[in-house]
Amino acid sequence: MLRIACPYCGERDQVEFAYGGDASEGFPELADSDVGRWTKFVFVRENPRGVHGEYWHHQYGCRQWLRVVRDTVTHQVHSVAPARQGDRT
Amino acid sequence: MTRYSALSLIRNALAGNRGWPRAWRDAQPRAEYDVVIVGGGGHGLASAYYLAREHGVSKVAVLEKGYVGGGNTGRNTTIVRSNYMIDGNTRFYEWSMKLWEGLSRDLNFNVMFSQRGQLNLCHSKAQMDAAARRGNIMRLNGIDAELLSRHEVRRMAPILDFSDRARFPIHGALWQQRAGTARHDAVAWGYARAADRHGVDIIQQCEVTGLIRDQGRVVGVDTTRGPIRAGKVGLAVAGHTSELAAMAGLRLPIETHLLQAFVTEPVKPVLDVVVAFGAAHLYVSQSDHGGLVMGGDLDGYNSYEQRGDLPIVEETMAAVKSLLPLVSRLRILRQWSGVMDMTMDGSPIICKAPVDGLYINGGWCYGGFKATPASGWCFAHTIANDRAHDLSARFTMERFHRGHQLDEKGMGPIPGAH
Amino acid sequence: MTDQPDRLGQGGRIDRSRALSFTFDGRAYAGWSGDTLASALLANGVHLVGRSFKYHRPRGVYAAGVEEPNALVTLRKGGRHEPNVAATTVELFDGLVAESQNRWPSLGLDMLGAIDRLPPVFAAGFYYKTFLGPTRKAWMFYERLIRRTGGMGKPPGQPDPDRYEKAHAFCDVLVVGGGPSGLAAALAAGRDGARVVVVENEPVLGGSLLARPRGGESDAWLAAAIDELAALPNVRVMTRTTAFGAYDNLVFGLAERVNDHLAEPPPYQPRQRYWVLRARRAVLASGMIERPIVFGNNDLPGVMLASAARCYLNRYAALAGRTVVAFTNNDSAYDAAIELAAAGADVSMVDVRRQIPGQLERQARDAGVSLLLGHAVGGANGRRAVDSVDVIEFDAASPSAGAVKSRLPCDLVAVSGGWTPTLHLLAQRGSKPVFDETLAMLVPEVVPEGFRVVGGAAAEEAPLAGLAPERSLATIAPVWAIADPLGARPRKKFVDIQNDVTTDDISLAHLEGYEAVEHLKRYTSQGMGTDQGKTSNLNALAILAGLRDEPRGTVGTTTYRPPYTPVSIGALGGAGTGQHFMPVRRSPIHDWHQGNGAVFTDAGLWQRPWYYPKAGESLDAAYVREAGEVRDGVGMVDVSSLGKIDVQGPDAADFLDRVYVNNWRSLPVGKARYGVMLRADGIVLDDGTTSRISEDHYFMTTTTANAGVVMTQFEFLLQAAWPELKVQVTSVTGQWAGIAVAGPRSRDLLARLVVDLDFDNDAFPFMGVRHGHAGDIPVRLLRISFSGELAYEVYTPADYGEELWRAVHDHGREFGLVVYGTEALGALRIEKGHVAGPEIDGRTTLSDLGLERMASKKKPYLGGALMEREGLTEADRPRLVGLETTDRGTKLRAGAILCQPGRHQGHGIGVVTSVTYSPALGGNIGIGLLAGGMSREGEVIDAVFPLRGEVVAVRVRSPHFVDPEGERLHA
Repeated sequence: MLRIACPYCGERDQVEFAYGGDASEGFPELADSDVGRWTKFVFVRENPRGVHGEYWHHQYGCRQWLRVVRDTVTHQVHSVAPARQGDRT
Repeated sequence: MTRYSALSLIRNALAGNRGWPRAWRDAQPRAEYDVVIVGGGGHGLASAYYLAREHGVSKVAVLEKGYVGGGNTGRNTTIVRSNYMIDGNTRFYEWSMKLWEGLSRDLNFNVMFSQRGQLNLCHSKAQMDAAARRGNIMRLNGIDAELLSRHEVRRMAPILDFSDRARFPIHGALWQQRAGTARHDAVAWGYARAADRHGVDIIQQCEVTGLIRDQGRVVGVDTTRGPIRAGKVGLAVAGHTSELAAMAGLRLPIETHLLQAFVTEPVKPVLDVVVAFGAAHLYVSQSDHGGLVMGGDLDGYNSYEQRGDLPIVEETMAAVKSLLPLVSRLRILRQWSGVMDMTMDGSPIICKAPVDGLYINGGWCYGGFKATPASGWCFAHTIANDRAHDLSARFTMERFHRGHQLDEKGMGPIPGAH
Repeated sequence: MTDQPDRLGQGGRIDRSRALSFTFDGRAYAGWSGDTLASALLANGVHLVGRSFKYHRPRGVYAAGVEEPNALVTLRKGGRHEPNVAATTVELFDGLVAESQNRWPSLGLDMLGAIDRLPPVFAAGFYYKTFLGPTRKAWMFYERLIRRTGGMGKPPGQPDPDRYEKAHAFCDVLVVGGGPSGLAAALAAGRDGARVVVVENEPVLGGSLLARPRGGESDAWLAAAIDELAALPNVRVMTRTTAFGAYDNLVFGLAERVNDHLAEPPPYQPRQRYWVLRARRAVLASGMIERPIVFGNNDLPGVMLASAARCYLNRYAALAGRTVVAFTNNDSAYDAAIELAAAGADVSMVDVRRQIPGQLERQARDAGVSLLLGHAVGGANGRRAVDSVDVIEFDAASPSAGAVKSRLPCDLVAVSGGWTPTLHLLAQRGSKPVFDETLAMLVPEVVPEGFRVVGGAAAEEAPLAGLAPERSLATIAPVWAIADPLGARPRKKFVDIQNDVTTDDISLAHLEGYEAVEHLKRYTSQGMGTDQGKTSNLNALAILAGLRDEPRGTVGTTTYRPPYTPVSIGALGGAGTGQHFMPVRRSPIHDWHQGNGAVFTDAGLWQRPWYYPKAGESLDAAYVREAGEVRDGVGMVDVSSLGKIDVQGPDAADFLDRVYVNNWRSLPVGKARYGVMLRADGIVLDDGTTSRISEDHYFMTTTTANAGVVMTQFEFLLQAAWPELKVQVTSVTGQWAGIAVAGPRSRDLLARLVVDLDFDNDAFPFMGVRHGHAGDIPVRLLRISFSGELAYEVYTPADYGEELWRAVHDHGREFGLVVYGTEALGALRIEKGHVAGPEIDGRTTLSDLGLERMASKKKPYLGGALMEREGLTEADRPRLVGLETTDRGTKLRAGAILCQPGRHQGHGIGVVTSVTYSPALGGNIGIGLLAGGMSREGEVIDAVFPLRGEVVAVRVRSPHFVDPEGERLHA
């Protein structure tokens, strides 16, 4: 069971959260009509074996989107931060 | 090579079973091959077999980092079906079904392909309509399909919950009689033995650590057992396709997710068909050994670890108990997991990579097992001829860029949802 | 009822004040409280308990705990019928009913036992090599026969009457195992003030101490430890509880058998409880399990683990045999031998070692145990139970079997091949144990963070300082299997007794190249039974290593998979099954619908009124009537399930502009607008109406199905993508009840009800939004229409929902108001050509749905870029059309494939997505997606439905069947 320390609510079971996928690509500018840019954002994944930056939504909690750094092999959660801080690492 | 038959079985038994040859040679890697297939699962072995048999490629090696069939081939819930609706999928999976139907005799290895039929349950009028669309397309493509009423489903699988306690009452089902199950390990072993018979080197305990490049072209692989040169390198490593492709500098429309499966203690026959629940992610069948084999939803997050967690255990068990209330007191014997290549539209990739000399077969999501024969068939064709087989022509990587997704479920670019 | 011939007159840890009666295969027996079914059977002299899986050989009790491979029985009757239960894990209760299984016609005479006497055709993997012909479908014939021989017990035939619960727990220290080392660890942590949970599989604490003779110093220690733990408020002891799985972040799955020791659970109590326990640290004190040495006919009833014989003797006062041959390669079996001798048994000890520790030898001889050192059991004899063993001389250094030297009569063979630490939970975490050559056992190597392994699980010899140590582990002579004696008839030598895997099977697998441990397991099914090979896996690996001529350490182990012991589906599924499998969402007006004859349909989690049949009316008749009356007069439908999102903030208009394809800045306060939004990949996600309530406040509706998806997407966009926007979104789906009032007389009706609003067409035009009151009830009115009629959606806070509904209903009486459900709602929208779920199916674009003109050219919106990809803009994509059957009376079906006449093949040229009988047109119509779309207007094509063998000719026409100019809307 993943245990995710929501910055607003504290440490909770994963079942309170919904997975939001890869957080490594920044959201493209809406005005950017470049199909390649959007294709990359929407469809292409680094999919690393190891440390992965990803979004989680505290769906059954504060409903905040979180940026979580987690290992895809050990499942260890390294860090959790609100997504709205905008740190794209 | 001893042909397997009832006769050879008896003859060998009388001789104390001491005369059986190895099912396949323990090949040592040679310095160079025409084609190296990375991945000794069903897909890789089938690809090698058809390369040798259909295309006459003589020097083929399959490299397996562990043991043959140790990945998803030996971890799935063994369901075979060809009930695909999207143009680009339908005929491919039906060809796979046709190959399945002759596979045991083709390989001279009983893969126990059991066409016991599959019910895809519907729990609302809208689901019945969607099932009708799928079934009609199947029929128009020469694939068997029937739309069953609640009453007919009940006759076929009386163990399902037809009481008024069902949260999602069964309205009916889409039925494919030719669907069923097969013995998963036997598929890997059967292809391995048959490929070996056609001269393919099957090299276990040989992990690929890098690709050898020459002026951009892939010309071989580095392995834990030394470098191996190859005219062409094919990847058939579902679950790890991204990792291997990254060695060629490629990023793919794939996420790796883990999927659990479960088996109960063996009991006498209670469920003669394969059942897919329509109200939750659950499919269940009973193996010949007697255990109920069940699969559920993905664990839901990127993972390379073959170790599922409790939330999906609970969800799957709640679903199975809802669908088959009588199994409440049966016990789960084993739970295991595999890691899946989940693509962004739920459909696979079989293509020549943008890097010369490299070929990719992956992205099988949940559905790789049933695709094994056709996957090997088409991948072999792609490698041998440097162009896609008609049946797999739409399994490209560019389809996302071009807007040609093959989204069977209409879930969009959320890999975990397919 | 009989007396208990093999029960000792005294001793044991059973409660002789409480006599229990039970039946096995219909025969009545007696036991004592504290017995297991296995101990009670042994005390009653019952040794034949079951038949084996493949060869149907007679089998008896082999072990004394969860590792039991053999003594599987079916427990209880009716709905509580439970197959494949290990008799060694069943606490005896009064009235217990058990049956043997996998035998026909009876346990004593099993016809399928004949398989055992055939030549070894049925060796490992035999089915891969045969059943290949004569036809391609041959397997389907053979399989039917084979399936019947598969399985063990019969499945339950009635619903389970018992309840199950799920519970949560947190602790600082989880101690797995309530034996001496676990209790010591719990005491230490508990004294430090840590919150401790101790889980013990057995009903009582004590673990291995319970198998020692009663009254020793360890009993005093145990009693004191139990008392002290009970007095510590921060320690919770959970007996009858198994830690079956170790998961990420030190989360454990526990299965508590709350009431399995009773005939049935007391009222209001669950049968079993599944726990999710979150620990900060875990102490693995799970002890060790003994393994046998393999020899010929080692599966006969009467052959059992030495530790089991000892346990039955000391814990249950049951004498498993009176003429005992103990067979060992290590010191621990001597305890059993000595204590059995002390209890009056005639004991011979066969030890493969030529030399044993002097003290051990003295103790054995003093107890009257006759010693045969440097010997081995080369095979057992007997038909339904062991009656003798063949002893051979044995030299561990050159372990080729000699000829039979002597035959020892016996009724019990107590065998010990050494011990295997129970490390399953550690291995489940990916920390595979490694083989220790000195101890000849698997020991932990890397202990994951947060875990500690103590006691037997850590291969520690002495359970505790101050207690007499267990026997030395290091004096073992690694021996795994004894070959058939020279010149003797070959006997089956079972490695996995449950799955009938013999040494020959392992040799065969190796011969054929299935030599990886996982191949071996899968080819032979070694270790795949209900016992998961707890007593057999290491032997199999060692035998394989011998065949591969490799050290045991390099062969590896198979993967340990949860659960540690089988766990019921009932417990894991918890209470969330049946009617409670998923929550039910009901409208605030649900009770009215129910009270007024509505038939409901599931829409996702929602239950919505489908139609309201009059007496004897079918679905078709009801919806046609309902829809017709709406067009002719007025009707009302509950639309409370629509998703509703409150969008507020100074940047709200900007936000809507980004998520909807159309323009929102120009929408004035007091007006509503239809909007469509896309996914990022350019596919249509959802549609709905959004109203501007005030300058910075919008009220959005979404479809019922997509409410959650849209809300989640909005939160993502506002928090992660566009945090600079000052917008707040709130889901208010449950806060508002919604009623659509539709039909030419809807204005008249509502004007009568909501008297503080001017309903004049100019004062309250199409797409107007107004607030007023229906009596005392505050209402928000949107003049919008899904049906194409003059219509309003009336919203009110949910608690007023039913009152408002009744008010509309009452006022509607004089207007001939009809109440309609989702089927009529669908009919009306199809007549109007509005798209819904069947068309917005996650694959269609704006232009597929005929909505391309909505897309703004002046501003970017989400999904706009990828919508332009070539595959989504191809001219021949199927696009929305209307369809009517050329023969008006012929029904059209959703899911029919549109084909050119005469070309019924492939994927056709389109699909019928939604159909209805149109009361307005008096014919059958539908909408669908057709290649070329409206360019085919007027063409007659086929709607093909092979599933029913139907072909229906349909004419392509505009999907706007009714009032295409929208005059009725604006009236």
